[in-house]
Amino acid sequence: MLKLQSVVTHYGRIVALRGTSLHVDAGEIVAVVGPNGAGKTTALNTISGVIAPSSGRIIFDGQDVTGFSSERLVQMGLVQVPEGRQLFAEMTVYENLTLGAYRNSRAVKKTETCKDLEYIYHVFPVLKERTKQAAGTLSGGEQQMLAIGRALMSRPRMLLLDEPSMGLAPLVVKDIFHVIGELRRNGVTVLLVEQNARAALGISKRAYVVETGRIVMEGPASELSKNPEVRRAYLGMGYKQIAD
Amino acid sequence: MPIWNRRSECMERTEIEQLQLERLQATVNRAYRNVPLYHRKFTNLGIEPEDIQSLADIRNLPVTTKDDLRDGYPYEMFAVPLREILRIHSSTASSVKPIVVGYTRNDLKHWAELVARVMSAAGVVKDDVVQIAFDYGLFTGGFGMHAGAERLGASVIPVSSGATERQIQIMQDFRSTALVSPPSYALYMISLMGKMGVPTAGLSLRVGLFGGEPMSDLARQKIESGLGVVATDNYGVSALIGPGIAGECELRCGMHVNEDHFLLEILNPDTLEPLPEGEEGELVITTLTREGVPMLRYRTRDVTSVTKVPCKCGRTTARIAPIRKRTDDMIIFRGVAVYPADVESVLFEIEHVEPHYQIVLTQESGLDIMTLNVELSSEMASDQIQRLLELEETIKKRVHAIVGVTPRVKLVEPKAVGKAGTGDRIVDLRESGGASLTP
Repeated sequence: MLKLQSVVTHYGRIVALRGTSLHVDAGEIVAVVGPNGAGKTTALNTISGVIAPSSGRIIFDGQDVTGFSSERLVQMGLVQVPEGRQLFAEMTVYENLTLGAYRNSRAVKKTETCKDLEYIYHVFPVLKERTKQAAGTLSGGEQQMLAIGRALMSRPRMLLLDEPSMGLAPLVVKDIFHVIGELRRNGVTVLLVEQNARAALGISKRAYVVETGRIVMEGPASELSKNPEVRRAYLGMGYKQIAD
Repeated sequence: MPIWNRRSECMERTEIEQLQLERLQATVNRAYRNVPLYHRKFTNLGIEPEDIQSLADIRNLPVTTKDDLRDGYPYEMFAVPLREILRIHSSTASSVKPIVVGYTRNDLKHWAELVARVMSAAGVVKDDVVQIAFDYGLFTGGFGMHAGAERLGASVIPVSSGATERQIQIMQDFRSTALVSPPSYALYMISLMGKMGVPTAGLSLRVGLFGGEPMSDLARQKIESGLGVVATDNYGVSALIGPGIAGECELRCGMHVNEDHFLLEILNPDTLEPLPEGEEGELVITTLTREGVPMLRYRTRDVTSVTKVPCKCGRTTARIAPIRKRTDDMIIFRGVAVYPADVESVLFEIEHVEPHYQIVLTQESGLDIMTLNVELSSEMASDQIQRLLELEETIKKRVHAIVGVTPRVKLVEPKAVGKAGTGDRIVDLRESGGASLTP
């Protein structure tokens, strides 16, 4: 569904991605893990059209979308949930969610929007409880759910998730990742960027390990989570095994 | 005909190429970061890993030769610390520095999967009783085929090589349905069956996988009629992984390459320029998933051609033609790789003989025989039989110690062999396939 071929991205004169190739098949959850500053967020921002790559190709659904704007990509069903959520804090949960439907505002009737809302309230019951509450008053976990819910309102074919676990308590992370796993069952394809490699590998089918802008390992998540190098560097397992 | 891993063996070409590009880049990044030899080679060429932007860019990478691996003896080529290595194999033991390969947990898992694919393509199913007559030891053949057969779920008999009468007895009594061996050993078994009075009908065999050395068409026919099997050829390289790189399906129209784990090129051996699809050249292989010893553009010295036309069996993987030639003068003798240059260096160190020699390879009852014709130095043209016999014995022992095989030695008059070209230096009269091996 999504293919990157040797994508190079610069931030000014600094190379952030040094020829990255990866792919995500329809219905898969794929994770990109690696340390801070490795280029994970840059990869997502390049895919979603926030930054333009200096070279390489991005193919979505068989179409070359290199250099496409974010708006156009959202229209095509490629939607990013940004790091730090970026919600409208003063607006209510309901208002934030309906804003997410804007991609479909003309094409889809109001009844459809209602249906989508129902679905999101079904996936995140807590959002229904808080529907009239200002987004800024929600807890971190609830805000993350709202951010994902808002993205789902545009009926994406593929979701790009940037550090969904950031700043969340371990128990909340577990909930969020459970929901991400559920999304796949509803036919949403997910590319997930995470520093929390353990959580990410736990729900992904495949994963890529990126270091200083280079992918150094790839494979089934089950294999990577057993790889000694990955365990040491990203799962915090050293000489002795740490129980979950 | 079942396909073991339909997801990986029947991919669209664009899908295979995307996966190969991703894995090539990750392999190059790891090799550059973790293997000093590659870091050095990249620096000398003035290239960086990110210069590989497409599969075609592979031609900018340095090649790896057997000498690189010998120089790296024992662990220089390893890309991970030894504590992450679960298994170590090596090319056949001799005093010439052998090639050492290490396998991580994932490497072993992949190896079993790849051999299972090759076995499944050859027609082996989980109900089969698989008799493995490859050496179990440092050599990759025994353990490699064994793991694949187990992964397939077959009943595996690890007979290993040798004790051929017992081997045949087991084959009869255990009702083995699949045989895994070198083709020459299968021919030897057939001749021994004749002597033992065991008819082909007395066996339960139905399929055979033959590898480790070339199999000629004539050898294949003899094996098929002598053992009552469908004989398939398969291909492996010990320096890269062992068996599991490629194997014939039951249609036997080329060996299917496991392209999601190995990237192959066919190059002109002199210029190292890529050759068009279908043309014969040297097979050069890059590993795409190996963690222990990733290998960039390893020159196999084997000559073959490739086709990417999907096979009628349903697999879309590229196929290589059976190996019948090499670009060097390596000989496979009873499963051992012998380089004439090593024989020559032995002769250099022995007094009273010239480093002029001829290697004659024949077969007796399917068993390889090596006769080494060695020229006496002119001052040694002696009539003292005792001294000549001693000299023959010395050569035999030294060759065995250094090269790992025991030849029959024949001393000849000075200048009888002379400085012959390589073409005359090796005379291969074996019928199992070796005959067409050397130029």
